[in-house]
Amino acid sequence: MLRIEGLTAEIDGKEILKGIDLEVPTGEVHAIMGPNGSGKSTLSYVLSGREGYEVTAGTATLNGVDILAMEPEERAAAGLFLAFQYPVELPGVGNATFLRTALNAVRKGRGESELDAMQFLKLARQRMTALSMPEDMLKRGVNVGFSGGEKKRNEILQMALLQPSMAILDETDSGLDIDALKIVSDGVNAMRGPNFSALVITHYQRLLDYIVPDRVHVLMAGRIVKSGGPELAKELEAQGYASVQAAA
Amino acid sequence: MTTAAPTGAAGFLARYEGLKDHLPGARKPWLNTLRADAAVHFAARGFPTRRVEQWKYTDLGVVAQAHFAEPLTMVEGALALPVPNAPHRAVFVDGRFREDLSTLDGLAYRALGLAQNLNEAEPYLGALAKPEREPLAALNTMLFEDGLFIDIPEGVDGGLLELVSIALDPGRPFAFHPRHLVRLGAGATLTLIETATGRGQCLHNPVFEIEVAEGATLTHGRLLQEEATVFHLSTIYATIAAAGTYDNFTVAAGPRLTRNEIHAALTGPKAACHMNGAQMAADGQHVDTTTSLDHAAPDCASRQTYKTVLTGRSRGVFQGKILVRREAQKTDGYQMNQALLLSEEAEIDSKPQLEIYADDVKCSHGATVGALDADSLFYLRTRGIPESQAKAMLVEAFLHEAVETVTDETLRGALTRALDAWWSRQAAVA
Repeated sequence: MLRIEGLTAEIDGKEILKGIDLEVPTGEVHAIMGPNGSGKSTLSYVLSGREGYEVTAGTATLNGVDILAMEPEERAAAGLFLAFQYPVELPGVGNATFLRTALNAVRKGRGESELDAMQFLKLARQRMTALSMPEDMLKRGVNVGFSGGEKKRNEILQMALLQPSMAILDETDSGLDIDALKIVSDGVNAMRGPNFSALVITHYQRLLDYIVPDRVHVLMAGRIVKSGGPELAKELEAQGYASVQAAA
Repeated sequence: MTTAAPTGAAGFLARYEGLKDHLPGARKPWLNTLRADAAVHFAARGFPTRRVEQWKYTDLGVVAQAHFAEPLTMVEGALALPVPNAPHRAVFVDGRFREDLSTLDGLAYRALGLAQNLNEAEPYLGALAKPEREPLAALNTMLFEDGLFIDIPEGVDGGLLELVSIALDPGRPFAFHPRHLVRLGAGATLTLIETATGRGQCLHNPVFEIEVAEGATLTHGRLLQEEATVFHLSTIYATIAAAGTYDNFTVAAGPRLTRNEIHAALTGPKAACHMNGAQMAADGQHVDTTTSLDHAAPDCASRQTYKTVLTGRSRGVFQGKILVRREAQKTDGYQMNQALLLSEEAEIDSKPQLEIYADDVKCSHGATVGALDADSLFYLRTRGIPESQAKAMLVEAFLHEAVETVTDETLRGALTRALDAWWSRQAAVA
């Protein structure tokens, strides 16, 4: 369960988040929708611990543990995962090495045994097949020369390997065609269950046809201004954010 | 009342005067002349100062002011050797060949201690070095005691050979100046891995004279891993004939001050020279790679990729000169040097220098300086990878481009281990 209370945060002295209250109970998938500049990405970065964002008030706990005091890697071990809107390319870092290092770091952080190269390969191949990823993507540099869709699939592959209890998907649908969108959504849906929650951040309703959320929240100007069921997404699609703003 | 022993150039010149009748080959007129001429050059120039263009960024003041004695008298006996990188190796202790510690049986060519084989080496000793131009080569010529003399006949595959240099700490500053001669006949090949270790306050001042004949290939990997009290000043002269290849990869990761100076000349058509390397310095250390490449024949290719990683208050230097002579048409030259600064106090000076007199050439160079990418670091950390490990991965990735130029797997493994060992030491200190 992710619980955010009264969270305010600023970057370079400019307040972006102005008091976020949000609860994502274990086993649920929630969506956050909002126009550009509403603070969606800032929320994902603050929760995952990016430098340069200062939390000025409020709390955020994952399964009762305060995550805001943790280093990014500790948050990962605690079960948090961020799928990036723009995954970073790492020339010279082999994807297989990266994935195995990450997996073993997280397993170590959780007090689990590390996997050897053979065990890792077996697991990675299995997960990659489910995401229709060719095996040569293991041999390439992390995200180097990957298409937009391949990068997003690589994010989902990392999520599938690291088995977070709480995943934040930041604009995972951006730059995806319908086929890739479907593969990525299937990957997320396959994770759904009583021990997995997700916060799906998106600008458009389209993604929510594939990953159907339990709740939808509308973020505007640094605050959650409206919450509702999946139908709220359709409403926004039909009427635009302006209607919510007018009502709020 | 006592008089202080002279330091710097005067100290070495005094030592030469005192030792010249006892140095190896002291009864050979040709060698006496060579040494005496070098002494004249060294007396005239002394240690280079920063007023000399080629030494603008590297200050030898601390070397020039020290008082270095000779190594102790050679003591036979067992010694802890570094882990071997090759089955065959020639071991030098304080610059002196130690046949008893070397494993050279079954070689298809000559790999000998220079001091005992000066007559064979006469035609080649001093053939390439320029003591009149480089004071450190003059110092070496004046005082060298020993070195490795490798002579590979035409068409022979020399396989893999390791040159191990160990400097022992006698408890007082000392200097040694080995002279290494490497000759590859037409079509011959050799992979030479050089491992330099040492401790104590010492100056290691080797000079290499390397001749690569037509169609021969020399792969020269260098692991300069002495401790942070050692001054390593090496000068390599290489000449590469038609269709020959000289491939140098240097890891400088350890000494207090490293100068890796290479002069290579491509003298016949379709010769190639690859000079790559990774140099690392931590707090209080200085690393300097200075290359000079002479394209003197048409259709030759040269490739240089140097990476510098600096932490703490350290300084790195890269100077790379490429000369393309009028007759060197169709030259294909490439030079890239990149520095990664891991602290605010680190400093890199980079000076590419292209002199092109031919009109049909392809020559490019580039230089970058930067810190670790914050986005990359954050990305790795969100995947659970601790900060120090994430940094290590990014540094390794930075070095990867240079290391991947090494095709010999044994050599690449040795280089990678040397780089990892350096990084582990930094991580342990931090």
